[in-house]
Amino acid sequence: MKRWTGRPITRFEDNMLLRGAGRFTADLPSPKYMRFVRSPIAAGKIESCVAPEGVVMITAADLEGVGAIAPMIRKFGYVPIEQTVLARDVVRYTGEPVAAVIADSEEEAEDFADSVMLDFRPGDAVVTAAESLLARAPFIHPGMDSNVVVRTAMTTPGHQAAMAGAAHLVRAKIRSRRQSALPMETRAGHAAFDVETGRTTLTCTAQMPHLVRTAIAGLLGMDEADLRVIAPDVGGGFGQKMSLAAEYVVLVWAARKLRTTIAWVEDRRENLMASFHSRDIEIAVTGAFDADGRFLALSGDVTANVGAYAPYPNTAAVEPLMSFTELPGPYDVKEYSCAARGVITNTCVSAPYRGVARPAITLAMERLMDKAAVVIGLEPAEIRRRNLVQKFPHTTPAGLVYDDASYTETMAAALRAADVPGFRARQRDALAAGRYLGLGMSTFCERTGYGSAAFAARGMDIQPGWENVDMRMDASGKVTARIGASPHGQGLRTTLAQIIADTLGITPAEVTVIHGDTDDTPYGWGTFASRSLVISGGASLIAARKIRAKLIDDAAEMLEAAAADIELGDGFARVAGTDRAVAIAAIAGAKNGFADEGFYDPLGTFSNATHIAIVEVDVGTCKVKVEKFVVAEDAGRLINPMIVDGQIHGGVAQGIANALLEEIVYDETGNILTISLADFLAPTAHEIPPIEVLHRETISAATITGAKGIGEGGTIGAPAAVLNAINDALRPLGVEIDEMPATPARIFAALQAAR
Amino acid sequence: MKTCGFKYHRPESVAAAVALLGALAPQGGRILAGGQSLVPMMAYRMAQPGHLIDINRVAGLAGVSAGAGVLRIGAAARHAALARPVCGGALGAMLPHIAGHIGHAPIRNRGTFGGSLANADPASEWCTLLATLDGGVEVLGPAGERRIAAAAFFNGVMATALRDDELLMAAHLPVLQGYNWGFYEVNRRAGDYAMAMCLVAYRRVDGVMTDVHLGIGGAEAFPRRLAEAEFALNGQPVGAEIFARAADAAAAGLDPMTDHNMSADFRRHLVRTAVARALAGSVA
Amino acid sequence: MILDVNGHAYEVEVEPRRTLADALRKDCGLTGTHVGCEHGVCGACTVIVDGEAIRGCLMFAVQAEGAKIRTVEGLAGETLHVMQQEFERHHGLQCGFCTPGFLLLAEAALEQAPELNDAQLLDVLAANLCRCTGYQNIIKAVSAAARRMKEG
Repeated sequence: MKRWTGRPITRFEDNMLLRGAGRFTADLPSPKYMRFVRSPIAAGKIESCVAPEGVVMITAADLEGVGAIAPMIRKFGYVPIEQTVLARDVVRYTGEPVAAVIADSEEEAEDFADSVMLDFRPGDAVVTAAESLLARAPFIHPGMDSNVVVRTAMTTPGHQAAMAGAAHLVRAKIRSRRQSALPMETRAGHAAFDVETGRTTLTCTAQMPHLVRTAIAGLLGMDEADLRVIAPDVGGGFGQKMSLAAEYVVLVWAARKLRTTIAWVEDRRENLMASFHSRDIEIAVTGAFDADGRFLALSGDVTANVGAYAPYPNTAAVEPLMSFTELPGPYDVKEYSCAARGVITNTCVSAPYRGVARPAITLAMERLMDKAAVVIGLEPAEIRRRNLVQKFPHTTPAGLVYDDASYTETMAAALRAADVPGFRARQRDALAAGRYLGLGMSTFCERTGYGSAAFAARGMDIQPGWENVDMRMDASGKVTARIGASPHGQGLRTTLAQIIADTLGITPAEVTVIHGDTDDTPYGWGTFASRSLVISGGASLIAARKIRAKLIDDAAEMLEAAAADIELGDGFARVAGTDRAVAIAAIAGAKNGFADEGFYDPLGTFSNATHIAIVEVDVGTCKVKVEKFVVAEDAGRLINPMIVDGQIHGGVAQGIANALLEEIVYDETGNILTISLADFLAPTAHEIPPIEVLHRETISAATITGAKGIGEGGTIGAPAAVLNAINDALRPLGVEIDEMPATPARIFAALQAAR
Repeated sequence: MKTCGFKYHRPESVAAAVALLGALAPQGGRILAGGQSLVPMMAYRMAQPGHLIDINRVAGLAGVSAGAGVLRIGAAARHAALARPVCGGALGAMLPHIAGHIGHAPIRNRGTFGGSLANADPASEWCTLLATLDGGVEVLGPAGERRIAAAAFFNGVMATALRDDELLMAAHLPVLQGYNWGFYEVNRRAGDYAMAMCLVAYRRVDGVMTDVHLGIGGAEAFPRRLAEAEFALNGQPVGAEIFARAADAAAAGLDPMTDHNMSADFRRHLVRTAVARALAGSVA
Repeated sequence: MILDVNGHAYEVEVEPRRTLADALRKDCGLTGTHVGCEHGVCGACTVIVDGEAIRGCLMFAVQAEGAKIRTVEGLAGETLHVMQQEFERHHGLQCGFCTPGFLLLAEAALEQAPELNDAQLLDVLAANLCRCTGYQNIIKAVSAAARRMKEG
């Protein structure tokens, strides 16, 4: 019997995309285009905003009754700061939308936007977290007595004693510099008002169309039923498109007001300047170890520069709180103390970007482990071996529960593949010839596929997490599955079809997965946080099992057999061990099809991996070349190994970019310097080495399909592996680098400092 | 990032192009050659020319010909045209090698030699080539034709002696028969602008280097020959120690460009590396 | 003005400032060519003009009058082109946004020089940005296509 899960079948998504017949938001024609006039300064008051005669312009004054974006969590002292969709009186970051103009073409819209005269009274901009924490810093939002928007702390009862009694105290302080997800497709929206029905259809580059619908309807005070949101083909999201764009709200408002169709296409400069940033984080950790290198206690301190406003729905708390909750990672450390804070600055809003805070916390922990290894005199692999969680379920000091996984086994697999002894010999020879090669590793676990309980625990007003799937088998045996997740490259149309096909005994080609259109799909939470295959996959499995049960019962009746003896496969329902069979299509025809739904709201499941990077540091140019990269990962059952590998490749590439190349830079006045792809350096094929991926499948009861999420693992582990490799390479020169990206300029400075 | 509006002209002869430029330059008219530098600037609205004079169909502007030890490269010759050998000597070998460092193939398919010179980006490979080999350019304006030597041509960051109403017609470079040469470029990613680059060429006579041309680019406001480094090499035999001295002299003699990513010390370090490696390449 | 795209004549009326990429998308209705940066870095807009891969965002449509333009829509016949088949086979695309640019970049390079080895192919492919695939499978796909195209 042919089974489909576990097979690398090619994707159903590909044919259209390869022909150039993909349907991306900016592909839709529109009679009108909107362009935003954006603040050229980081902080100050708007004195006037005047458009020339004949230019249709919208400002905050026109948006009476439109709500402000103010996502909420009710914990950790979170201050619900507000962002008006167009700046009202005050601007708080360079690039903040101040006004919108409408024209007949994108070219004309840009001319109009440039012709708008903006007058400001500039204020003092606060750009870095350190500045914003100073007592004399201006408070960026009214009603706050500091720029700290969220703070939390915890200390386990035995922590102090453990720190005091330690044989070794090891410190690490890392700096993660500001990132941008840089999807190849910038954000875009197309709002079409239907004069007959009074409804508006917003086609947009969103990772969560239902949530966009709810949010915009709420802010505009309109009936959610009057808004249809469609996420068509989306050219990458990586989190940047999961937070609500204020621009969409203005766009829908304008389309309704003018009773027409208007499109907005963000350009790359706007995308770099004003689309969500991420990971501007400092983490200091201290590890207490006993004489044998056992990790007794961990102290952490986290400061996240979260920008000027709060992203919807996650709020400005997401990065510091995730750091706080997940810092200990895969290590079995019982005593934990951590203080974390998110601070507001006059910079672009920070929102989750693939991995969110985890690349930074993994860097902190993995640098700590490598430093501890040196201090205590253990190999980096050995100190990890002595401290990785081995017994499951494991509850962390912050209350997370790790389900069945394979931290030590995957680390062993990665080390074998990297041939560490062979490398060390090569490294010695190279050093003798004046060349600096290094090997670095990182081990981590990744929280994936978590449902509403996790969001409730954060105290979020909006509690995403569950997924519904509406499934129908028609009278010819063909299946449609309508899902609330919203893929943008993950291949969900293919992987869900594989799961459903196996359950129903048909082929994936007979399954159509429908997503993205809120008129056509059940309410769902979109695609982010490595959740879709776990949760929509789980819901699909549940729905398919219900239909399977009906097929089996009907087949049993038709074939005069016991239900327990019926097998489904290859398009037939068969009495086991006989050749008595009936075509599934025939059963469907006889019963005029079947319909059912699945609902899944899991607690979450932790995948894990070890990454190993081999690098060469050229001290003449201070450039780092990544020669080879190994990933050994365990994400449970692989539904489609080819798609899993693709996700890992892409994540690792972004992780290498984080480690070496990408950085959003502001000057001291809050002016953003990286506004082109000549300044913000994304990796090309030359910068990404061959990536070897090894798989292990630990099947956990925490995920009904057996699959864990893998979308973010690449970005989480790769930066630490690369940084550890750089440090390994430069150890003979006494250099330590704990900042990413480890640019040539930073490596040079570290070399100078070590001399 | 749409460009501003402009009037478009497409002359088919040099005479027509020069006449148009003469008439329109006062109104912000500019030459459109490969567009690989100009159009991005226009997309950012850092350049807003009221008129563009497209010279891509002007006859006779792209020819490449060698004679009497000199290579004449028509201003409209594409980078890609120089990716295969067009003459002998050290120049014939270095042109394809250097061309491979300019951007990527789709950029090289359109970008022009003359466009690079006129644009005078501090990190332009062709500008470094012209300055190092003491080449020259032919320009044509309403006042007639004139020749400008490389040393007089570049005079600031993206500033040259080319007048607004002059059309760059061709560049001249010595073929350098029998010369050794080396080239090294430091950049963040392959094809990126150089953070520092060095081109060196010399003749070995009786075991010592003579007529050394050593130029650096990407490190100062415009590329130039570094006399201090050449002095450390002329009359000396090749060897790692001599090369290191020249590299040090180059770093010391530098007037480095700096920015938030690049300190003076770091720029000097990169120049030292580029010089050392270009010299090492000259004897490889 | 006539634009000759994929062998068809498109009658368009455009301002001089409209780029070739935008004219293809808006005036010819061929939205397979994508716009990713508008300053010539990402290569999503790569099209083939007179046999050479160029960045469609750096050429004005008026400049392409009289030239033979090929876009992604012109690659496949009834079945996918060899390059497209290998991208599908090797999972060389995820979101698909950069894909048309890569297809034409690779196709133009191999048409001009079918003998390109893997190192040279890597140089070619480094011209364009992809954010999803980490390039691994794009390289595999193009290598495989190159081998098949050489075998004829």
